[in-house]
Amino acid sequence: MKKLLTGFITTLLVVQTSFVWADNNAITILEKSYQTQGAKSGNAQRGEKLWNKTYSGKAPFTERSCSSCHTSNLKNNGEHVRTGKTLKPLAPSVNSASLSKVKKMKKWFKRNCKWTTGKECSVQDKADILAFIRQQ
Amino acid sequence: MKNPIIISSLVLTASILIVPVVFSDDDRHEYRQRSVGVTPVSSPIYKEECSSCHMAYSPGLLPARSWKKIMAGLENHFGDNAELDAETYKNISEFLLTNSADNSEYRRSRKIMRSLSDNDAPIRISETPYIRNKHDEIPDRLIKGNKKVNSLANCNSCHTKAERGLFSEHGVNIPGYGRWDD
Repeated sequence: MKKLLTGFITTLLVVQTSFVWADNNAITILEKSYQTQGAKSGNAQRGEKLWNKTYSGKAPFTERSCSSCHTSNLKNNGEHVRTGKTLKPLAPSVNSASLSKVKKMKKWFKRNCKWTTGKECSVQDKADILAFIRQQ
Repeated sequence: MKNPIIISSLVLTASILIVPVVFSDDDRHEYRQRSVGVTPVSSPIYKEECSSCHMAYSPGLLPARSWKKIMAGLENHFGDNAELDAETYKNISEFLLTNSADNSEYRRSRKIMRSLSDNDAPIRISETPYIRNKHDEIPDRLIKGNKKVNSLANCNSCHTKAERGLFSEHGVNIPGYGRWDD
């Protein structure tokens, strides 16, 4: 009976921690998925360069970069270039909601890579940019 | 009638009853006549997905045929990429189409519909004749030339109750200018 109880409690603990883990580790899940798709682990320095790199686009936004809306200091609020809407900081150190949901991260990488660079980002680019953002 | 408490409570009751009659403006009717403005946004998914970049516009501001057009072009959504995954897309489309202006009993939705011809399917709320006429007396410097407004598309810059579907003049506060009275 004692064994059964210990077993039960251990199972409970394992199940619980795995739930917590799943909630808090959106970044890890995404990083792993990039690596299984062939990316090396993220390089934050390269990520920063990509972040500030400018690409050409259609008027009125002929010069585009991640920083167009999110600025170069990720701890600051950003501003949507077209609507002027305030965007919460992307730096996890000041905004705990940032990088907390895999679905959201995938969505914004897809949309914003397309708007900024004209096409989807490579898996390596995403891994590097993610490595840069998570440090902020 | 000797008791001042009775008198004052009578006066109070009377004023509560009279106020809504005296002030016959839209918003003050809010509690009596629900269908004054446009339907407020009731879908949390729509709100979450569509208000990242702009105000979550009430579906009652455009007819279903307009929303269909907008949803068909999310890859180039007014110059931005607003693609959705299939499940979210379906959910949001359903919400927009069932609550669109042509399916709404709200007064401003009906006015918007009356201002459109049968086949008109504008994809900008600001291009519907009703909305355009409502704003035609306001000088450009207060909207386009106003850094805190920028565009007629930013309803909630001036319409402080826009998120609740209310657009009467009493809720208007133009940044740097103040109230607007016709």
